[in-house]
Amino acid sequence: MAIKVYGSMLSTATLRVLLCLAEKDIDFELINVDLASGEHKKPHILARNPFGQIPAFEDGDVKLFESRAISQYISRTYAGKGTDLINKDPKKAAVESVWMEVESLKFDPVTAKLAWELCMKRFLFGKNGDEEVVNAEEKRLESVLDVYEARLSESKYLGGDSFSLADLHHAPMIKFMMETRVKEVFDARPYLSGWVADILSRPACVKVFGVPAY
Amino acid sequence: MVVKVYGPIKAACPQRVLACLLELGVDFELIGVDLDSNEHKQPGFLQKQPFGQVPVVEDEDFRLFESRAIIRYYATKYGDKNRKLYGTTLEEKALVDQWLEVEAHHFNDMVYTIVLQKLVIPKMGGKTDHDLVQNCEKKLEQVFDIYEQRLSKSSHLAGDWFTLADLSHLPGIRYLVNECELSHMVRDRKNVNLWWNDISNRPAWKKVMQLFHELS
Repeated sequence: MAIKVYGSMLSTATLRVLLCLAEKDIDFELINVDLASGEHKKPHILARNPFGQIPAFEDGDVKLFESRAISQYISRTYAGKGTDLINKDPKKAAVESVWMEVESLKFDPVTAKLAWELCMKRFLFGKNGDEEVVNAEEKRLESVLDVYEARLSESKYLGGDSFSLADLHHAPMIKFMMETRVKEVFDARPYLSGWVADILSRPACVKVFGVPAY
Repeated sequence: MVVKVYGPIKAACPQRVLACLLELGVDFELIGVDLDSNEHKQPGFLQKQPFGQVPVVEDEDFRLFESRAIIRYYATKYGDKNRKLYGTTLEEKALVDQWLEVEAHHFNDMVYTIVLQKLVIPKMGGKTDHDLVQNCEKKLEQVFDIYEQRLSKSSHLAGDWFTLADLSHLPGIRYLVNECELSHMVRDRKNVNLWWNDISNRPAWKKVMQLFHELS
Protein backbone atom coordinates (compact mmCIF):
# COMPACT_ATOMS: atom_id res chain seq x y z
CA MET A 1 0.00 0.00 0.00
CA ALA A 2 1.34 3.44 -0.93
CA ILE A 3 0.43 5.21 2.33
CA LYS A 4 1.95 3.97 5.57
CA VAL A 5 1.52 5.49 9.01
CA TYR A 6 3.92 4.45 11.75
CA GLY A 7 2.25 5.15 15.07
CA SER A 8 -0.07 4.09 17.85
CA MET A 9 -3.78 4.39 18.56
CA LEU A 10 -2.72 5.75 22.00
CA SER A 11 -1.13 8.77 20.38
CA THR A 12 -3.26 11.84 19.62
CA ALA A 13 -0.75 12.86 16.97
CA THR A 14 -1.14 9.52 15.19
CA LEU A 15 -4.93 9.79 15.48
CA ARG A 16 -4.74 13.29 13.93
CA VAL A 17 -3.24 11.79 10.78
CA LEU A 18 -5.60 8.79 10.70
CA LEU A 19 -8.58 11.13 11.05
CA CYS A 20 -7.34 13.19 8.12
CA LEU A 21 -6.98 10.05 5.98
CA ALA A 22 -10.47 8.91 7.02
CA GLU A 23 -12.00 12.30 6.09
CA LYS A 24 -10.32 12.04 2.69
CA ASP A 25 -11.44 8.40 2.31
CA ILE A 26 -7.87 7.26 1.66
CA ASP A 27 -6.61 3.74 2.36
CA PHE A 28 -3.52 3.31 4.46
CA GLU A 29 -1.54 0.77 6.43
CA LEU A 30 -1.01 1.44 10.14
CA ILE A 31 2.25 -0.01 11.38
CA ASN A 32 2.11 -0.17 15.16
CA VAL A 33 4.91 1.39 17.20
CA ASP A 34 4.93 0.06 20.76
CA LEU A 35 5.35 3.08 23.04
CA ALA A 36 5.41 1.05 26.27
CA SER A 37 8.59 -0.76 25.18
CA GLY A 38 10.20 2.45 23.89
CA GLU A 39 10.07 1.35 20.28
CA HIS A 40 9.78 5.00 19.19
CA LYS A 41 13.34 5.59 20.37
CA LYS A 42 14.79 2.66 18.43
CA PRO A 43 16.95 3.17 15.32
CA HIS A 44 14.31 2.09 12.78
CA ILE A 45 11.91 4.79 14.04
CA LEU A 46 14.63 7.43 14.63
CA ALA A 47 15.50 6.94 10.96
CA ARG A 48 11.96 8.11 10.16
CA ASN A 49 11.66 10.77 12.88
CA PRO A 50 14.95 11.98 14.36
CA PHE A 51 13.05 13.30 17.41
CA GLY A 52 11.94 9.77 18.29
CA GLN A 53 8.23 10.55 18.11
CA ILE A 54 5.19 9.21 16.32
CA PRO A 55 3.68 9.35 13.79
CA ALA A 56 5.99 8.94 10.85
CA PHE A 57 4.41 8.87 7.41
CA GLU A 58 5.19 7.48 4.00
CA ASP A 59 3.41 8.10 0.68
CA GLY A 60 5.52 6.41 -1.97
CA ASP A 61 8.79 8.35 -1.97
CA VAL A 62 7.50 11.09 0.31
CA LYS A 63 8.56 10.60 3.93
CA LEU A 64 7.40 12.99 6.64
CA PHE A 65 7.02 13.47 10.38
CA GLU A 66 5.09 16.07 12.47
CA SER A 67 1.36 15.26 12.31
CA ARG A 68 0.27 18.81 11.39
CA ALA A 69 2.68 18.91 8.43
CA ILE A 70 1.45 15.45 7.37
CA SER A 71 -2.23 16.45 7.54
CA GLN A 72 -1.57 19.55 5.42
CA TYR A 73 0.34 17.46 2.87
CA ILE A 74 -2.53 14.94 2.67
CA SER A 75 -5.14 17.72 2.37
CA ARG A 76 -3.30 19.48 -0.46
CA THR A 77 -2.15 16.38 -2.35
CA TYR A 78 -5.57 14.74 -2.26
CA ALA A 79 -7.65 17.90 -2.67
CA GLY A 80 -10.93 16.98 -4.31
CA LYS A 81 -11.04 13.53 -2.71
CA GLY A 82 -13.34 13.11 0.28
CA THR A 83 -13.78 16.18 2.50
CA ASP A 84 -11.99 19.38 1.55
CA LEU A 85 -9.94 20.28 4.61
CA ILE A 86 -8.17 23.44 3.44
CA ASN A 87 -10.21 26.28 1.96
CA LYS A 88 -9.44 27.11 -1.66
CA ASP A 89 -9.73 30.86 -0.94
CA PRO A 90 -6.29 31.98 0.33
CA LYS A 91 -7.73 34.43 2.87
CA LYS A 92 -10.10 31.82 4.31
CA ALA A 93 -7.25 29.29 4.33
CA ALA A 94 -5.15 31.82 6.27
CA VAL A 95 -7.84 32.12 8.95
CA GLU A 96 -7.92 28.31 9.20
CA SER A 97 -4.14 28.42 9.54
CA VAL A 98 -4.45 30.88 12.46
CA TRP A 99 -6.62 28.42 14.39
CA MET A 100 -4.32 25.53 13.50
CA GLU A 101 -1.55 27.52 15.19
CA VAL A 102 -3.82 28.19 18.18
CA GLU A 103 -4.49 24.45 18.54
CA SER A 104 -0.81 23.67 18.21
CA LEU A 105 0.59 26.33 20.55
CA LYS A 106 -2.21 27.07 23.05
CA PHE A 107 -4.68 24.18 23.19
CA ASP A 108 -2.38 21.19 22.79
CA PRO A 109 0.36 22.06 25.35
CA VAL A 110 -2.23 22.44 28.13
CA THR A 111 -4.40 19.44 27.20
CA ALA A 112 -1.32 17.25 26.68
CA LYS A 113 -0.33 17.88 30.31
CA LEU A 114 -3.89 17.04 31.42
CA ALA A 115 -3.93 13.91 29.27
CA TRP A 116 -0.62 12.83 30.82
CA GLU A 117 -1.91 13.35 34.38
CA LEU A 118 -5.42 12.00 33.88
CA CYS A 119 -5.01 9.27 31.24
CA MET A 120 -1.43 8.20 30.52
CA LYS A 121 -0.14 7.98 34.12
CA ARG A 122 -2.95 5.59 34.98
CA PHE A 123 -2.60 3.55 31.81
CA LEU A 124 1.17 3.27 31.83
CA PHE A 125 1.97 3.17 35.58
CA GLY A 126 -1.37 2.64 37.32
CA LYS A 127 -0.82 5.95 39.11
CA ASN A 128 -3.17 8.85 39.79
CA GLY A 129 -2.48 12.28 38.38
CA ASP A 130 -0.99 15.14 40.40
CA GLU A 131 -3.99 17.13 41.68
CA GLU A 132 -2.09 20.42 41.84
CA VAL A 133 -0.89 20.15 38.26
CA VAL A 134 -4.36 19.18 37.05
CA ASN A 135 -5.98 22.15 38.82
CA ALA A 136 -3.41 24.59 37.43
CA GLU A 137 -3.67 23.28 33.87
CA GLU A 138 -7.47 23.19 34.02
CA LYS A 139 -7.46 26.86 34.94
CA ARG A 140 -5.18 27.62 31.97
CA LEU A 141 -7.47 25.60 29.72
CA GLU A 142 -10.49 27.59 30.91
CA SER A 143 -8.86 30.87 29.78
CA VAL A 144 -8.07 29.40 26.38
CA LEU A 145 -11.55 27.90 25.97
CA ASP A 146 -13.17 31.25 26.84
CA VAL A 147 -11.57 32.57 23.66
CA TYR A 148 -12.85 29.54 21.74
CA GLU A 149 -16.37 30.12 23.10
CA ALA A 150 -16.30 33.72 21.86
CA ARG A 151 -14.98 32.60 18.47
CA LEU A 152 -17.58 29.84 18.06
CA SER A 153 -20.39 32.22 19.01
CA GLU A 154 -19.55 34.08 15.78
CA SER A 155 -18.37 31.28 13.54
CA LYS A 156 -19.76 27.78 12.99
CA TYR A 157 -16.28 26.27 12.85
CA LEU A 158 -12.98 27.62 14.10
CA GLY A 159 -11.66 28.49 10.66
CA GLY A 160 -14.94 29.82 9.31
CA ASP A 161 -18.16 28.40 7.82
CA SER A 162 -16.72 25.02 6.85
CA PHE A 163 -15.11 22.17 8.76
CA SER A 164 -11.36 22.25 8.17
CA LEU A 165 -8.04 21.03 9.54
CA ALA A 166 -8.39 23.77 12.19
CA ASP A 167 -11.22 21.74 13.74
CA LEU A 168 -9.88 18.28 12.85
CA HIS A 169 -6.55 18.84 14.61
CA HIS A 170 -8.42 19.24 17.91
CA ALA A 171 -10.53 16.09 17.67
CA PRO A 172 -8.20 13.39 19.07
CA MET A 173 -7.28 15.36 22.20
CA ILE A 174 -10.90 16.42 22.74
CA LYS A 175 -11.93 12.77 22.55
CA PHE A 176 -9.38 11.95 25.29
CA MET A 177 -10.58 14.90 27.41
CA MET A 178 -14.22 13.78 27.16
CA GLU A 179 -13.29 10.65 29.11
CA THR A 180 -12.03 12.73 32.04
CA ARG A 181 -13.25 15.37 34.50
CA VAL A 182 -12.14 17.98 31.96
CA LYS A 183 -15.38 17.26 30.08
CA GLU A 184 -17.07 19.67 32.51
CA VAL A 185 -14.92 22.55 31.28
CA PHE A 186 -16.22 21.97 27.76
CA ASP A 187 -19.82 21.33 28.89
CA ALA A 188 -19.88 24.69 30.70
CA ARG A 189 -19.53 26.52 27.37
CA PRO A 190 -22.57 26.09 25.10
CA TYR A 191 -21.11 27.09 21.70
CA LEU A 192 -17.99 25.06 22.41
CA SER A 193 -20.06 22.01 23.44
CA GLY A 194 -22.12 22.27 20.29
CA TRP A 195 -18.98 22.35 18.17
CA VAL A 196 -17.49 19.37 20.07
CA ALA A 197 -20.66 17.32 19.52
CA ASP A 198 -20.62 18.26 15.83
CA ILE A 199 -17.02 17.28 15.13
CA LEU A 200 -17.01 14.08 17.22
CA SER A 201 -20.15 12.83 15.48
CA ARG A 202 -18.58 13.09 12.01
CA PRO A 203 -18.46 9.67 10.28
CA ALA A 204 -14.67 9.82 10.03
CA CYS A 205 -14.38 10.41 13.80
CA VAL A 206 -16.76 7.58 14.59
CA LYS A 207 -14.79 5.33 12.25
CA VAL A 208 -11.34 6.16 13.71
CA PHE A 209 -12.28 6.39 17.40
CA GLY A 210 -14.45 3.32 17.21
CA VAL A 211 -11.27 1.20 17.08
CA PRO A 212 -10.16 0.19 20.58
CA ALA A 213 -6.81 1.66 21.69
CA TYR A 214 -5.50 -1.66 22.95
CA MET B 1 -2.40 50.64 1.60
CA VAL B 2 0.57 49.15 3.47
CA VAL B 3 0.33 46.13 5.72
CA LYS B 4 0.13 47.13 9.38
CA VAL B 5 2.14 45.02 11.81
CA TYR B 6 1.34 45.54 15.49
CA GLY B 7 4.09 44.60 17.92
CA PRO B 8 7.39 45.77 19.38
CA ILE B 9 10.50 45.26 17.24
CA LYS B 10 12.29 43.69 20.22
CA ALA B 11 9.85 40.73 20.36
CA ALA B 12 10.61 37.49 18.50
CA CYS B 13 7.24 36.90 16.84
CA PRO B 14 6.91 40.34 15.19
CA GLN B 15 10.52 39.92 13.96
CA ARG B 16 9.48 36.65 12.28
CA VAL B 17 6.75 38.45 10.36
CA LEU B 18 8.91 41.45 9.41
CA ALA B 19 11.67 39.16 8.13
CA CYS B 20 9.14 37.46 5.86
CA LEU B 21 7.62 40.69 4.56
CA LEU B 22 11.09 42.06 3.84
CA GLU B 23 12.09 38.85 2.01
CA LEU B 24 9.02 39.34 -0.19
CA GLY B 25 9.48 43.09 -0.64
CA VAL B 26 6.07 43.82 0.92
CA ASP B 27 5.74 47.34 2.36
CA PHE B 28 4.62 47.55 5.96
CA GLU B 29 4.05 49.96 8.80
CA LEU B 30 5.24 48.81 12.22
CA ILE B 31 2.98 50.00 15.01
CA GLY B 32 4.58 49.56 18.42
CA VAL B 33 2.75 47.80 21.27
CA ASP B 34 4.10 48.54 24.74
CA LEU B 35 4.35 45.18 26.46
CA ASP B 36 5.84 46.73 29.62
CA SER B 37 2.66 48.71 30.27
CA ASN B 38 0.48 45.67 29.39
CA GLU B 39 -0.95 47.36 26.31
CA HIS B 40 -1.42 43.89 24.75
CA LYS B 41 -3.85 42.90 27.52
CA GLN B 42 -6.08 45.96 27.18
CA PRO B 43 -9.57 45.60 25.65
CA GLY B 44 -8.63 47.59 22.53
CA PHE B 45 -5.85 45.15 21.68
CA LEU B 46 -7.78 42.05 22.77
CA GLN B 47 -10.32 42.93 20.07
CA LYS B 48 -7.55 42.43 17.53
CA GLN B 49 -5.91 39.42 19.19
CA PRO B 50 -8.11 37.57 21.71
CA PHE B 51 -5.13 35.87 23.42
CA GLY B 52 -3.45 39.25 24.03
CA GLN B 53 -0.24 38.48 22.13
CA VAL B 54 1.85 40.08 19.42
CA PRO B 55 1.98 40.35 16.47
CA VAL B 56 -1.27 41.16 14.74
CA VAL B 57 -1.33 42.02 11.07
CA GLU B 58 -3.96 44.20 9.38
CA ASP B 59 -4.09 44.20 5.61
CA GLU B 60 -6.91 46.60 4.70
CA ASP B 61 -9.92 44.90 6.32
CA PHE B 62 -8.22 41.51 6.66
CA ARG B 63 -6.73 40.69 10.06
CA LEU B 64 -4.47 37.80 11.08
CA PHE B 65 -2.57 36.72 14.17
CA GLU B 66 -0.12 33.85 14.95
CA SER B 67 3.19 34.68 13.27
CA ARG B 68 3.61 31.30 11.54
CA ALA B 69 0.12 31.56 9.99
CA ILE B 70 0.95 35.10 8.86
CA ILE B 71 4.21 34.13 7.15
CA ARG B 72 2.54 31.15 5.41
CA TYR B 73 -0.18 33.47 4.09
CA TYR B 74 2.20 36.07 2.70
CA ALA B 75 4.62 33.52 1.27
CA THR B 76 1.64 32.03 -0.58
CA LYS B 77 0.16 35.38 -1.62
CA TYR B 78 3.46 36.66 -2.99
CA GLY B 79 4.72 33.29 -4.19
CA ASP B 80 5.72 34.83 -7.51
CA LYS B 81 8.26 37.06 -5.72
CA ASN B 82 10.04 34.12 -4.09
CA ARG B 83 8.91 30.73 -5.32
CA LYS B 84 11.15 28.73 -3.04
CA LEU B 85 10.22 30.38 0.25
CA TYR B 86 7.27 28.02 0.82
CA GLY B 87 8.18 25.36 -1.77
CA THR B 88 7.03 24.92 -5.36
CA THR B 89 5.90 21.29 -5.21
CA LEU B 90 3.61 19.55 -2.72
CA GLU B 91 6.58 17.62 -1.35
CA GLU B 92 8.70 20.77 -0.90
CA LYS B 93 5.80 22.51 0.86
CA ALA B 94 5.38 19.51 3.16
CA LEU B 95 9.06 19.63 4.15
CA VAL B 96 8.81 23.36 4.90
CA ASP B 97 5.73 22.65 7.05
CA GLN B 98 7.54 19.78 8.78
CA TRP B 99 10.52 21.91 9.83
CA LEU B 100 8.22 24.83 10.76
CA GLU B 101 6.48 22.41 13.14
CA VAL B 102 9.88 21.35 14.50
CA GLU B 103 10.80 24.99 15.12
CA ALA B 104 7.46 25.72 16.82
CA HIS B 105 7.51 22.68 19.10
CA HIS B 106 11.01 21.33 19.68
CA PHE B 107 13.07 24.49 19.27
CA ASN B 108 10.83 27.36 20.33
CA ASP B 109 9.59 25.76 23.56
CA MET B 110 13.16 25.53 24.84
CA VAL B 111 14.26 28.99 23.69
CA TYR B 112 11.10 30.60 25.06
CA THR B 113 11.63 29.06 28.51
CA ILE B 114 15.32 30.03 28.57
CA VAL B 115 14.53 33.64 27.58
CA LEU B 116 11.70 33.82 30.11
CA GLN B 117 13.83 32.47 32.95
CA LYS B 118 17.12 34.21 32.17
CA LEU B 119 15.88 37.58 30.90
CA VAL B 120 12.21 38.33 31.56
CA ILE B 121 11.70 37.02 35.09
CA PRO B 122 14.78 38.77 36.61
CA LYS B 123 13.73 42.00 34.89
CA MET B 124 10.35 41.71 36.66
CA GLY B 125 12.11 41.17 40.02
CA GLY B 126 11.66 37.39 40.12
CA LYS B 127 14.13 34.51 40.55
CA THR B 128 15.51 32.40 37.70
CA ASP B 129 14.84 28.67 38.00
CA HIS B 130 18.37 27.50 37.19
CA ASP B 131 17.45 23.80 37.18
CA LEU B 132 14.78 24.46 34.58
CA VAL B 133 17.21 26.51 32.47
CA GLN B 134 19.83 23.75 32.65
CA ASN B 135 17.23 21.19 31.63
CA CYS B 136 16.11 23.29 28.67
CA GLU B 137 19.69 23.93 27.58
CA LYS B 138 20.37 20.18 27.63
CA LYS B 139 17.28 19.51 25.48
CA LEU B 140 18.22 22.35 23.12
CA GLU B 141 21.69 20.82 22.64
CA GLN B 142 19.94 17.60 21.56
CA VAL B 143 17.76 19.55 19.13
CA PHE B 144 20.85 21.22 17.66
CA ASP B 145 22.48 17.77 17.31
CA ILE B 146 19.54 16.74 15.15
CA TYR B 147 19.85 19.97 13.14
CA GLU B 148 23.58 19.28 12.68
CA GLN B 149 22.73 15.86 11.23
CA ARG B 150 20.02 17.30 9.01
CA LEU B 151 22.25 20.10 7.74
CA SER B 152 24.94 17.59 6.82
CA LYS B 153 22.51 16.36 4.14
CA SER B 154 21.15 19.70 2.87
CA SER B 155 22.30 23.29 3.20
CA HIS B 156 19.01 24.42 4.72
CA LEU B 157 16.41 22.64 6.82
CA ALA B 158 13.78 21.89 4.19
CA GLY B 159 16.18 21.48 1.27
CA ASP B 160 19.08 23.20 -0.46
CA TRP B 161 17.56 26.68 -0.36
CA PHE B 162 16.28 29.19 2.17
CA THR B 163 12.65 28.69 3.20
CA LEU B 164 10.18 29.79 5.88
CA ALA B 165 11.50 26.93 8.04
CA ASP B 166 14.92 28.60 8.27
CA LEU B 167 13.43 32.10 8.54
CA SER B 168 11.29 31.06 11.50
CA HIS B 169 14.44 30.33 13.54
CA LEU B 170 16.07 33.74 13.08
CA PRO B 171 14.56 35.57 16.08
CA GLY B 172 15.13 32.67 18.50
CA ILE B 173 18.73 32.03 17.50
CA ARG B 174 19.40 35.77 17.69
CA TYR B 175 18.36 35.63 21.36
CA LEU B 176 20.53 32.57 21.99
CA VAL B 177 23.73 34.01 20.54
CA ASN B 178 23.21 37.42 22.13
CA GLU B 179 21.39 37.99 25.43
CA CYS B 180 21.26 34.31 26.41
CA GLU B 181 25.02 33.89 25.90
CA LEU B 182 24.60 30.44 24.32
CA SER B 183 26.37 31.10 21.02
CA HIS B 184 28.52 27.98 21.56
CA MET B 185 25.46 25.88 20.68
CA VAL B 186 25.71 27.28 17.16
CA ARG B 187 29.49 27.82 16.86
CA ASP B 188 30.42 24.32 18.12
CA ARG B 189 28.47 22.67 15.31
CA LYS B 190 30.06 23.00 11.86
CA ASN B 191 26.91 22.71 9.74
CA VAL B 192 24.65 24.67 12.10
CA ASN B 193 27.30 27.42 12.20
CA LEU B 194 27.49 27.60 8.39
CA TRP B 195 23.71 27.66 8.19
CA TRP B 196 23.36 30.40 10.82
CA ASN B 197 26.00 32.54 9.08
CA ASP B 198 24.10 32.12 5.82
CA ILE B 199 20.61 32.91 7.06
CA SER B 200 21.56 35.70 9.46
CA ASN B 201 23.43 37.55 6.71
CA ARG B 202 20.49 37.76 4.37
CA PRO B 203 19.63 41.39 3.55
CA ALA B 204 16.06 41.05 4.86
CA TRP B 205 17.23 39.88 8.30
CA LYS B 206 19.93 42.54 8.38
CA LYS B 207 17.19 45.12 7.76
CA VAL B 208 15.19 43.71 10.71
CA MET B 209 18.33 44.05 12.85
CA GLN B 210 18.79 47.62 11.63
CA LEU B 211 15.22 48.46 12.70
CA PHE B 212 15.83 46.65 15.99
CA HIS B 213 18.83 48.87 16.76
CA GLU B 214 17.14 52.05 15.53
CA LEU B 215 13.93 51.57 17.49
CA SER B 216 15.26 50.04 20.73
